[in-house]
Amino acid sequence: MAPPTVARKGRPEMTIVYEDRGDDATSDVPVNRIKFSINGKKMVAEVEPRLLLSHLIRRGVGLTGTHMGCDTTNCGACTVLVDGRPVKSCTMLAVQVDGRTVETVEGLAGASELHPLQEGFKAEHGLQCGFCTPGMMMAAKALLAENPDPTEDEVRWALSGNLCRCTGYQNIVKSVLWAADKLRTQGS
Amino acid sequence: MSQALDEIKIGGLGASRKRVEDDRFIRGRGNYTDDITLPGMLHMEILRSPLAHARIKSIDASKAWDIPGVRLVLTGEMMATRNLAWMPTLSYDTQAVLATDKVRFQGQEVACVIADDPYIAKDACEAIDVEYEPLPVIVNPVQAVADGAPVIRDDKENQPDNVIYNWEVGDKAGTDRAFEQADVISKLKLHYPRSHPSPIECCGSIADFNRATSKLTVYMTTQAPHIIRAAVAMVAELPEHLIRIVSPDIGGGFGNKVPVYPGYVCSILASILLERPVKWIEDKSGNLISTGFARDMYLDSEMALRKDGKILGVRIHADADHGAFFSDAQPSKFKIGLLHSAFAAYDIPAGHLTARGTYSNKAPGGVAYRCSFRVTEAMFFQERMMQVAAVDLGIDQAEFRRMNFVQDEQFPYRTAFGFLTDSGQYAKCLDVGLKAVGYEEFRQQQAEARKRGKLLGLGISTMTEPLGAGNSREYDILGIKMFDSADLKVHMTGKAILRTGAKSQGQGHETTWAQIVAHELGLPAEDVVVEEGDTDTAPFGMGTYASRSTPVAGAAVAMVSRKIRAKARKLAAHLLEVSEEDIEWELGRFYVRSAPDRGVTIQECAMAAYSNMPDGMEPGLENTAYYDPPNLTWPFAVYIVTVEVDPETGVWDVLNMVAVDDCGVRINPMIVEGQIMGGLTEAYAMANMQFITFDAEGNCVGSNYMDYLLPTAWETPGFELHSEVVTPSPHHPIGAKGVGECAAVGGPAAFVNAVMDAISDTGVRNIDMPLLPDRVWEAITYRRDVSGAPPVRAEDDAGRSGGVVPPGQN
Repeated sequence: MAPPTVARKGRPEMTIVYEDRGDDATSDVPVNRIKFSINGKKMVAEVEPRLLLSHLIRRGVGLTGTHMGCDTTNCGACTVLVDGRPVKSCTMLAVQVDGRTVETVEGLAGASELHPLQEGFKAEHGLQCGFCTPGMMMAAKALLAENPDPTEDEVRWALSGNLCRCTGYQNIVKSVLWAADKLRTQGS
Repeated sequence: MSQALDEIKIGGLGASRKRVEDDRFIRGRGNYTDDITLPGMLHMEILRSPLAHARIKSIDASKAWDIPGVRLVLTGEMMATRNLAWMPTLSYDTQAVLATDKVRFQGQEVACVIADDPYIAKDACEAIDVEYEPLPVIVNPVQAVADGAPVIRDDKENQPDNVIYNWEVGDKAGTDRAFEQADVISKLKLHYPRSHPSPIECCGSIADFNRATSKLTVYMTTQAPHIIRAAVAMVAELPEHLIRIVSPDIGGGFGNKVPVYPGYVCSILASILLERPVKWIEDKSGNLISTGFARDMYLDSEMALRKDGKILGVRIHADADHGAFFSDAQPSKFKIGLLHSAFAAYDIPAGHLTARGTYSNKAPGGVAYRCSFRVTEAMFFQERMMQVAAVDLGIDQAEFRRMNFVQDEQFPYRTAFGFLTDSGQYAKCLDVGLKAVGYEEFRQQQAEARKRGKLLGLGISTMTEPLGAGNSREYDILGIKMFDSADLKVHMTGKAILRTGAKSQGQGHETTWAQIVAHELGLPAEDVVVEEGDTDTAPFGMGTYASRSTPVAGAAVAMVSRKIRAKARKLAAHLLEVSEEDIEWELGRFYVRSAPDRGVTIQECAMAAYSNMPDGMEPGLENTAYYDPPNLTWPFAVYIVTVEVDPETGVWDVLNMVAVDDCGVRINPMIVEGQIMGGLTEAYAMANMQFITFDAEGNCVGSNYMDYLLPTAWETPGFELHSEVVTPSPHHPIGAKGVGECAAVGGPAAFVNAVMDAISDTGVRNIDMPLLPDRVWEAITYRRDVSGAPPVRAEDDAGRSGGVVPPGQN
């Protein structure tokens, strides 16, 4: 049932409290106002220009499924989809998603069922500690959107930007192929 | 007619039950340390030393204090006033929390800033001015003991040099005699390079001191929460009952998350001083440069051989580089860990091992990274030595191993270094492996290919390892015995909650421990919830590392389940109105022997424990078991790798990778295979590309993910796993053995032996790992051994790049 539409002026969060350290302290910090959509939900944020997208997602929006594993853009644990394309959110600034759509692992499942990728990772034991898993699934989602019937090599190449220490990748590849199979079968 | 439940259907032993943990991870609803937010939480960042060895002349943090949002700047001097600048380590040494007099490795913690926001904390760190006076640097054991070497640990009394320990085991006289009788003596010297476990998730903690209750709660990435509680009680001098350590979900451990790191201690002190939660999450560069690394051991060994191939004796000397502080988590009796498990699978009458540990200007470490307490080094040395000896004798690699194996009838077998191996079928595993890889055909193909200048190679590696530390007579960490525990509470409706002293970081305990309960009690695994990691609720245990959980905590789970079943048997007798001697058990049910249709389910017994007890019986159906293992468990594996080496570039590709693992009874075959594949990938990584080392100034080369290469899905080969050979452990309650580290222990030598086999025409005996293309190329082109020991040399005497060249500088 959709929430009632009530005309409401002002911000949803009416109360913001912070310490008074004198006006000089805050006057130099620039803040940008950005609008973006995350997992289908429209959001507004006021951010420092240097805020990383991954931090906007984790601390700002509060979705902690996107993980950070390195500081050199190598591990891919932070992979999300921006306008449908897989991006390492630690290497993008929050201000760069102004006017764009962001999709994270929390948006994969439908209202009542899991996404085939999520089912596939469980069915094929594609995860152990789970830390790389959200990034893997988002990168895989982008692959399958473009290539619904990939070969094993194509899956491995598409995931070569996502590191895993636990699984040895063999079951991750099986998980993605399982999902590809299901997606083709159910035609979604 | 049996009414026993189907064990696989209820998720008992042998069921490849899908994992309980997955449900939250696939939804992005894991609860890792950095996911946790507490009200009023502050953020901590650490300032690290850029120099490897230097005196600290001054620290000026005034500009940091001035930044709005900064709450506290901690330095070593401030910690010292509270006696917290130094802390005891798990190896009876001391370690700096924040540097006071000197910095002793690049990346060492010098100061930390606590601020409202992590970005502000980072800004403030950059505003701290530290003046250093550089000192000469030591990056390997040769430098450490050279005349005139600077004493790194001048903070310690009675430390006149850089030697930490000398250790010895075995029979020197007997081994000397064996060498006198030898027809052939094979020698090998190599360096097992430094490696870093590098789980994807870095270390971190949230310390929360509540002034009102005097209770300290610390959420942190630890594989051993109870050890941390004891350590914090000692270091912070807080009463143990007012310390709660919570280890939430962990994104990979591999031994990296066992030691007590300065960051944890600083966050705790900051929280006590500020009376607010303080969160510290390190970044990957900090993790690679300062946390528990692995290996960095030099081996010099000799093997006494009869000309028919029988091994008469073996001598090993190891030099272990421990970095600036001896902080390893390992059994205190064994200074070099379980290195003396080397050659345990071979029937060798005499052996002598000596070891020396030294300090250097590097992060503290040595024991980590799926090593089972240095067994990675032991098995790597063993299989490299076996390879070289077979070549020296002119005997086939497989046959040389087979003829020296401990035979099936010899178990339990006492090794030359004093271990008692429990069981195995070594020759059978070798047979399975050789057949799977097509050994005879490959040797023919290899010979044919060589005529055409194509270099194919095959490498064999076997391993058996002592898993499940360990029995209280011999094993302890800081004097605490290495038992483990399980606490099982069965509720009146027959559902249960199980807690253990272990701590999974991806091994799937929430899934597998319930399977043991299902096996013992007939409760469906899905009716048993498993929790680990909170010291307020979990029974005392020594944590998960060194593949000890199934052998020790898993045994405790079986034992507590049996205690419950014993009580349930009495309840069944009461319900069925017969005496206990007339009761029989089948999975899920007690019945009357003389009238098998008359029975009660385990769930009915559970209800009776709360509502219909016999006179004199304590109500309830809950119990705890602590398990002191009688011995270690000894899985066995054969790993065979085939490769092709390109002589023009030194690049090598894996053609085939066969793994035959005998780890006794497998609780969950799917999970066991996952562990093996993960270990094989780490073995491949160590052999092929993982490279982290030091230059002559002590700069850490490769301490970030651009340079420290981990294999991706693209490079990682596929694996063929075999599970046909099952030799149960004779002493483990369910016949299981440890397995989590086997492939990382035995795998690397298979890859290295394969490459060495491919280039055997050159006569090269050794290339140190990682077998980077330029090293293989150098070996082939100049027909010489290639060492990888630090320091990385930019130029050698001939004016060309020699020895080790860091990646990216070709």
